Amino acid sequence: MAAISETPLPGIGVRLEFTSRGGQPIGVVVRRDGDRDLLVYSREDPDACKLTLHLEPEDVAALIDALGGSAVVARQQESLRQSLEGIDLEWVQIPDGGAAAGHTIAESALRRSTGASIVSVIRGQEVITSPGSDFTIEAGDTVVLVGSPAALAQGRAALADA
Amino acid sequence: MPDALPLLAGVGAEAGTLAALGGVMLGLALLGRLAGRVGLSPIPLYIGGGLVVGWLADPSIPEDVIGTGELVGIVLLLFMLGLEYTGQDLVGSLRTGVRPGLVDLVLNATPGFALGLLLGWDLAACVALAGATYISSSGIIAKLLDDLGRLGNRETPAVIGVLVIEDLVMAFYLPVLGVLVAGSALAAAAGSLVLAVGVAVLALLVAVRFGRRLSRVADHGSDEVLLLTVLGIVLLVAGIAERVGVSAAVGAFLVGIALSGPVAHRAGALIAPLRDLFAAAFFVLFALSIDLGSIPAVLIPAAILAVATAATKYGTGWYAARHAGVARRGRMRAGLALIARGEFSIVIAGIAVAGGATGELGPLVAAYVLMLALAGPILARAVR
Repeated sequence: MAAISETPLPGIGVRLEFTSRGGQPIGVVVRRDGDRDLLVYSREDPDACKLTLHLEPEDVAALIDALGGSAVVARQQESLRQSLEGIDLEWVQIPDGGAAAGHTIAESALRRSTGASIVSVIRGQEVITSPGSDFTIEAGDTVVLVGSPAALAQGRAALADA
Repeated sequence: MPDALPLLAGVGAEAGTLAALGGVMLGLALLGRLAGRVGLSPIPLYIGGGLVVGWLADPSIPEDVIGTGELVGIVLLLFMLGLEYTGQDLVGSLRTGVRPGLVDLVLNATPGFALGLLLGWDLAACVALAGATYISSSGIIAKLLDDLGRLGNRETPAVIGVLVIEDLVMAFYLPVLGVLVAGSALAAAAGSLVLAVGVAVLALLVAVRFGRRLSRVADHGSDEVLLLTVLGIVLLVAGIAERVGVSAAVGAFLVGIALSGPVAHRAGALIAPLRDLFAAAFFVLFALSIDLGSIPAVLIPAAILAVATAATKYGTGWYAARHAGVARRGRMRAGLALIARGEFSIVIAGIAVAGGATGELGPLVAAYVLMLALAGPILARAVR
């Protein structure tokens, strides 16, 4: 995947940008109010856009759907983010032979030792929401953590540890 | 309910006031529609409308209504201007924006200050005019960039960077201006100046270090409670600021800067309609306080100042964009985009005039802003 660069636009939001494999720079302005602008840069004047398309959240969902992403997941993330202002989410993939692999959530004692809680586990195509404390984490799972930024950093370190 | 009748006895005069108020608002709405139709900022039209109404009708609005309306307008306007950028934005812009910011300050404050000196004004009035020519209209420019589809352009962060630094400079400039127009003896003023700068630093510190925590304390699930909380804090701090001799508007601005995070966005959305109402009233009342007859005398100096500071702003934008590695066309776009002056310049003049600055300042700044608020968006469209 192309690297996405980020430029803050104070008072407006943030601009994300990458160059397509065909060499076309493409950008998105993520506005503070949730609207997006899709940007296609001009080849003659690389500083300007030849197309700026304003998209409201519904349009964004439709566009993601059309492009083949899962609009449902995106919307879930959106609503999760909004309901959890001030708390951050973190996705951690459990490596092969990771310390937590093969243990239940209770055994990992993650919340007690780091303060981060596991709210969801993604295993292949399946999403297990609010897994119980007897749920066994396996290598290859993606664990969704919630907590303060400091707790998340610790939680990530504990889980990603091989 | 016979008991209620005495209350209604004095209603005759108020009915006239209500009708007049309604008429003025409808007039403003009409001007706003007109501005939207031709893609201009409504600010110059409000001011022009106020000037003409004042000339035609000499409306006998009671002094205290003008005073209160103008005060609430200026307080809400400045609170929202402070809210626009978070503490992180302000600090972040320092990393890249110091040089363009300095160029901006030197190029654009100097012409105003120099003209003030030429006209033989006192220090406070000169400083006020310097501020009015220095500060671009972030409101007009942000809307312009959006309307012209330039948010993604590579010169845009440089343009916004200039606006953010100006905002930061205002945090120090406004308290100092407040102290200067108060016109106390130099020894006493020195103390107030230190206090003013200290308060600005404190507000910025709060914004950067405790913005989130402060926001969480102020936050509440109910819009109504949040609105009352935030408005209460703004008015309280504004009142205290006025009492200690730094104008109320300055206090509101610093509260706006100190609040950040999600609460700031929500509070901003809640207060925006109130701000729109009172800001429109502020622009009209400011214009009403100016005698149209005093405008012709200041037209020539205002025009000279407008041309000179349009050129210096163009240079500022050019430099800022070049600093950001943008090519020639982008530099031209950045320069032209920054020319518009607006709400902030009027607010500065309003503070100075309320503090008893020279009578020429109001008309001069009004004429100046009329010119550049109209010309700015037109010039910005000149280069694609």
